[in-house]
Amino acid sequence: MQIIYTDVLVIGGGLAGQRAAIGAKRRGHDTIVLSLVPAKRSHSAAAQGGMQASLANCLGGAGDNEDIHFQDTVRGSDWGADQEVVRMFTHAAPKAIRELAAWGVPWSRVERGDHEITVDGEKQTISENEAAHGLITGRNFGGTQKWRACYVSDGTGHAMLYTMSNRAIAEGIPVHERMEAVALIHDEGRCSGAIVRNLMTGEILAYVAKATCIATGGFGRIYRASTNAIINEGMGAAIALETGRATLSNMEAVQFHPTGIFPSGILVTEGCRGDGGLLLDANGHRFMPDYEPKKKELASRDVVSRRMEQHIAAGQGVKSRFGEHLWLDIRLLGREHIDRNLREVKEICQYFLGIDPAKELIPVRPAQHYSMGGVRTNPNGESQGLRGLFAVGEAACWDIHGFNRLGGNSVAETVVAGMIVGESIADFCDSADGSINVSTALVEKFARKQTQQLANFTLASGTENAFDLTRQMQETMTSKVGIFRHGDQLQEAVNTLQNLLLRSRNINLRSATRGPNPELVAAYRLPRMLKLAQCVALGALQRTESRGAHYRDDYPQRNDLEWMQRTLAVWSEAKDELPTLSYEPLSIMRMELPPGWRGYGAKDYIEHPESALRRQEIDRIIATMPDADRHAHQAALMPFLDKLPPHLRPLNQRLSKF
Amino acid sequence: MNNIPLAEEHRMLQIQILRHNPSALLCDSDKGSHLQTFEVEEALGMTLFIALNEIREEQDPSLQFDFVCRAGICGSCGMIINGRPGLACRTLTKDLPDVIVLAPLPGFELIGDLSVNTGKWMRGMSEHLETWVHNQELEEINIDVIEERMEPRLAEQIYELERCIECGCCIAACGTTQMREEFVGAAGLNQIARFRLDPRDKRSDADYYELIGNDAGVFGCMTLLGCEDMCPKNLPLATQIAFLRRRMAMTTG
Repeated sequence: MQIIYTDVLVIGGGLAGQRAAIGAKRRGHDTIVLSLVPAKRSHSAAAQGGMQASLANCLGGAGDNEDIHFQDTVRGSDWGADQEVVRMFTHAAPKAIRELAAWGVPWSRVERGDHEITVDGEKQTISENEAAHGLITGRNFGGTQKWRACYVSDGTGHAMLYTMSNRAIAEGIPVHERMEAVALIHDEGRCSGAIVRNLMTGEILAYVAKATCIATGGFGRIYRASTNAIINEGMGAAIALETGRATLSNMEAVQFHPTGIFPSGILVTEGCRGDGGLLLDANGHRFMPDYEPKKKELASRDVVSRRMEQHIAAGQGVKSRFGEHLWLDIRLLGREHIDRNLREVKEICQYFLGIDPAKELIPVRPAQHYSMGGVRTNPNGESQGLRGLFAVGEAACWDIHGFNRLGGNSVAETVVAGMIVGESIADFCDSADGSINVSTALVEKFARKQTQQLANFTLASGTENAFDLTRQMQETMTSKVGIFRHGDQLQEAVNTLQNLLLRSRNINLRSATRGPNPELVAAYRLPRMLKLAQCVALGALQRTESRGAHYRDDYPQRNDLEWMQRTLAVWSEAKDELPTLSYEPLSIMRMELPPGWRGYGAKDYIEHPESALRRQEIDRIIATMPDADRHAHQAALMPFLDKLPPHLRPLNQRLSKF
Repeated sequence: MNNIPLAEEHRMLQIQILRHNPSALLCDSDKGSHLQTFEVEEALGMTLFIALNEIREEQDPSLQFDFVCRAGICGSCGMIINGRPGLACRTLTKDLPDVIVLAPLPGFELIGDLSVNTGKWMRGMSEHLETWVHNQELEEINIDVIEERMEPRLAEQIYELERCIECGCCIAACGTTQMREEFVGAAGLNQIARFRLDPRDKRSDADYYELIGNDAGVFGCMTLLGCEDMCPKNLPLATQIAFLRRRMAMTTG
């Protein structure tokens, strides 16, 4: 067996993985990126609408800063996020976007003078300032107070990923394509690389590394209706879980995007609504203002998706042979705007629906979109359970999203966390902890186990079909662990998944090829996906409250009294049928923004007494500093700068002032 | 107001796939390359993505093909569809006849069946043409201060060329690549056009001439226009190549 030695192994070639790799490489550490597909085909490319960064260049962004981005993100998370990490993120986001601007991303720019925009179904004229001409512009997105989503037409993720990939090529970082990490090598709580399967030849090889970083994105494909690419099966998070040491957190926090096109689930961007598009029902009625009079179509995604499903349940959906849906109307934006700023949406409508969105309505229904949960990490990106293991991007639960992510905060997280975690990895490799003492016997032990498991699939005389079981898992997740959840159904889902996991050990392959065998791939991924699915279902069952995207109709209130807690999951023993859950408290008394009403969605929640205490304390602290600026106030409430690498600490310049 | 159409009749499609597994000799009995026919009942809104997955799941689990986004944006699923290169994921079967012939894209290393190694080709092209911003000052950019300005129209023009998804359809459709393995193709020349347009890249035409001023570059193009005809993103490839050729011809290499 081939063993490849490197300083840093990054598993996943999307935006987050490549940015972390660039950071580590620039600090002098040999870095290899593994990717299931050519790096430029990673799911990061599918991000359409924008990246949030508080540049405050355009008129709609005037007055924006890190504070407001912080507040929007925490409210969006329904107070599930780690507020210190949100601060690190909002502080570094303008730097990340400016770095990408220098590296070549053709960000859409502010154009001086009059522009016609669509707000609330009406045309308005705004006039952009001369001073901002040519700077990076932003668009409106859900759950934000400012126009902060910076974009490249509606191909933002594509442009970012190509620039990032080209940068990584320029830095000489090899990407080993069509390679899948199937196990982490670890001993006594220290990770030292991965066992990897070559998807073209079926060969098993090992990568030994001082530091290993999971950057494999989300696990949306455990659901049937998902906007996710078909490669988003969460294998990075799953192999971390299978170590029995690394923890996953908040796995029940799964986002459903309001506008998956119906029935295929392909995404059309939130930018459609940000730019003025409306949601209509079977009668052509614009229903969102009935439910959300203030934010309307631009409440956070969890809220809009729930309102849409609620409206369908009330009999107002459009009936079709595939089921019911609603309409997205962007006709009012006009052809010129669509051709310029929503061209990917236009192509998707044209090719998949055969319609022209400048003239016709787009059938939409919420679909699984994003995994807020993932490998639990410290603010520096290192796993809490396994030394030498890092995680970044959607695969991680760094925790800026809590129980609901805001649109535009995902690609922002990939590049910001990539900048930070790349440095942490380099620091780790430079430190005494970075040294490894790995015997080839250990590596071979892990490799043998994988080889044996694969051989078992091809030799076994099982009766189950891998594709069928995968479909059953996906159906179960979509029908029972979806937008509206209920204790009975969740229990049924847990039981079904438990049963499927047992059955997955009895798979029969029709093709025994050990080389490039798609059925074998489905067979060995299935039990791992089932383990992730079980973390989601059991986490949802045990969380007896509603928070962000996790909604229990039997416990409809957010319950701060009992549930200011982050769920942690471990899979202690390989033979276990369920994960072991525990909870990590979120300390209200250390929060900069104590829990309250989000400004949209349900107003009734069970308050924790510490929320009022902390608010009083904050008022008192601020009152003692009458002459201080916002930075001093912030530092007095919840200092965070020391957690950032030194070069990311300076203040961000804006047109107005610091 | 539009509606999702209610189709009543379902055709039985004959999907013929060119099968070949180059690594098969290593592990299995090699059946050689052959055309295999699968029957699939058409469904409403069926794409080749849906049809091929159905074949794999229900008829032949060993069938190889590549899909990632299945939304026409990642460029993984380029293949020859009834003689023309295209993206399989966004090709609706309703637009095709009863008999559909699928083959892998020519011009790339074959992995197996419909799967080809476009990634390796594109990475090689990127390394060769150095498809990144060249700027001495890039090492010391100050990311704390307001970014450099760019004319809004110019940013849009760069994005227009940046929309290439490296699917390989232009390479498969190109007469020159059939004769000259080292030809960088429309995908490569478009990258040069993109960076040449970008003021952040400080390379001169003389620098670009070093990269593409020969038969493996812009002078290899025979202007057959297959690239532009087949580009799924409708990139203005022929115009860009013609423009580059004029610039390069005026540059003393």
